[in-house]
Amino acid sequence: MRPIGPARLAAIHLRVAALNEFQYRLNFFVQLLQSIVALAVGLIAIAVVYSHTDSLGGWSQAQLLAVMGVHLLIGGVIRTFVAPNMYRLMEDVAEGTLDYALTRPADSQLMVSVRQFSVWSAIDIIMGVLVVLWSGLAVEGAVGLLGTVTFLFVIACGTVIVYSVWLSATTLTFRIIRGDHVMQLLNGIYEAGRWPVTLYPSWLRLSLTFLVPLAFAVTVPAEVIASRFEGSSLVWTVVITAVFAVGTRILWRRGIRNYSGASA
Amino acid sequence: MSVLRTYYPAAARIGFQRDIQYRGATFMAILGFLIEPAIYLVVWRTVAMEQGGAVGGYTVDDFTAYYIVWTLVRVMNLAEAPQSWEWRIREGRLNEMLSVPVHPFHRDFAYYTGAKFVWILMWVPVATVLTLTFQPRLDPQPAHVAGFLVAIWTGFAVRFLLLYLMGMITFWTTRGAAIFDIVVAGELLLSGRLVPLSLMPDWVQSTSNWLPFQWTFQFPIEVAIGRLSNVEILQGIGMQVLWIAGLGLAFSRVWPRALRQYTAVGG
Repeated sequence: MRPIGPARLAAIHLRVAALNEFQYRLNFFVQLLQSIVALAVGLIAIAVVYSHTDSLGGWSQAQLLAVMGVHLLIGGVIRTFVAPNMYRLMEDVAEGTLDYALTRPADSQLMVSVRQFSVWSAIDIIMGVLVVLWSGLAVEGAVGLLGTVTFLFVIACGTVIVYSVWLSATTLTFRIIRGDHVMQLLNGIYEAGRWPVTLYPSWLRLSLTFLVPLAFAVTVPAEVIASRFEGSSLVWTVVITAVFAVGTRILWRRGIRNYSGASA
Repeated sequence: MSVLRTYYPAAARIGFQRDIQYRGATFMAILGFLIEPAIYLVVWRTVAMEQGGAVGGYTVDDFTAYYIVWTLVRVMNLAEAPQSWEWRIREGRLNEMLSVPVHPFHRDFAYYTGAKFVWILMWVPVATVLTLTFQPRLDPQPAHVAGFLVAIWTGFAVRFLLLYLMGMITFWTTRGAAIFDIVVAGELLLSGRLVPLSLMPDWVQSTSNWLPFQWTFQFPIEVAIGRLSNVEILQGIGMQVLWIAGLGLAFSRVWPRALRQYTAVGG
């Protein structure tokens, strides 16, 4: 029997997760309220900053909305698709139940990346898209068809980047037990993407460009909407995405090679 | 009372030892927490610089001092998250806490008190990097140092009691997450955590006077950076004590009712 393809495998797991969560419909309203609160806090923070200045490091209020929108969008992707799988992976390593995933007739990295979804968190993705649209309308100069295609492309790259960073960090759980603190640290670092990385001092900016490249995952897509995008950023985004995707693959394979199971 | 006198140092020691055992993980958690003020610091320094060096009565140096002291205050006022009660109830961990002849409050408060010393150790390298990078100008007088040493502990007690009280919601519903988020959002905006309250609109400042949040963040910070007179420091500590009494009283009323709601599972 031929193993099923990656897209179908992910779709099946997503469907199961959705059916599971649809049993608890009240959770939708809880998540909606949480997302609205987070959005309101973000908007208030920007409003407070711009009540004291017209420009923040060269970014207008409407342009900064694009950064916030992309930050929400990618954050929603992390919470919906990436983080639930990473927590499951950490749990499996600690409990010794990862063997069940590794023995399946599918690529192990694919398998651990598509098993768990937090369906209601997708509300953040929708909110992020709405804020990006709002910013696109508020910023002078239309984004256009080419800009839209570029935005979708760099957002896809951003998704690959955050997935790669999160999986690389989670792979550390093969060596350390309390991996949840690594996740906490990553969540903290992700908060730095709420503002353009160009604001930060050079050491922090470099870390957020090459170590945890929020510059490419959040700021660059926002630049497309904010009409601040430069062609060279596209090349760098592709290079960084490729480096992180390949690097993560190597780290994963090495991690799996060292994994000896814990109980099963 | 005499039991508590021996219990507190012992439980605090356990808190210290547990967190020092997982020092790598603790350091990463602290680092994750401390990225937040570093972001605010950069944003508000940029605003102040673009406005000619000062905004809302805060100069670039004032912002730097404010957010670097913020990091210590944040480490000091870390407390039991309300969400953890959900886990304690679901997993039956509360049964074990109820079966010992010491109130869970004392156990948690003592544990957090002991663990603080580990977190402060972990905070030192982060604060050193921030200080070397941003070079704050701090010139505290002895009264400010003394006031700060009191205010960070009383501020911790206020925040601990507030979050503990919030945690009681989980005895009635498993969906308290949205309520907790609203409280955290309120804290962010009304405590001086996001930005000193003097930069907020007037109505926000007057609203914050009726809430406990500012006594856990802004007050201790302003004591340390020397923005308050000795009388204001004493008045502020008085307010903290009043909030501790009020929240403590509320908790003592809610706790027996929460326990009546509780049905032990698992454990």
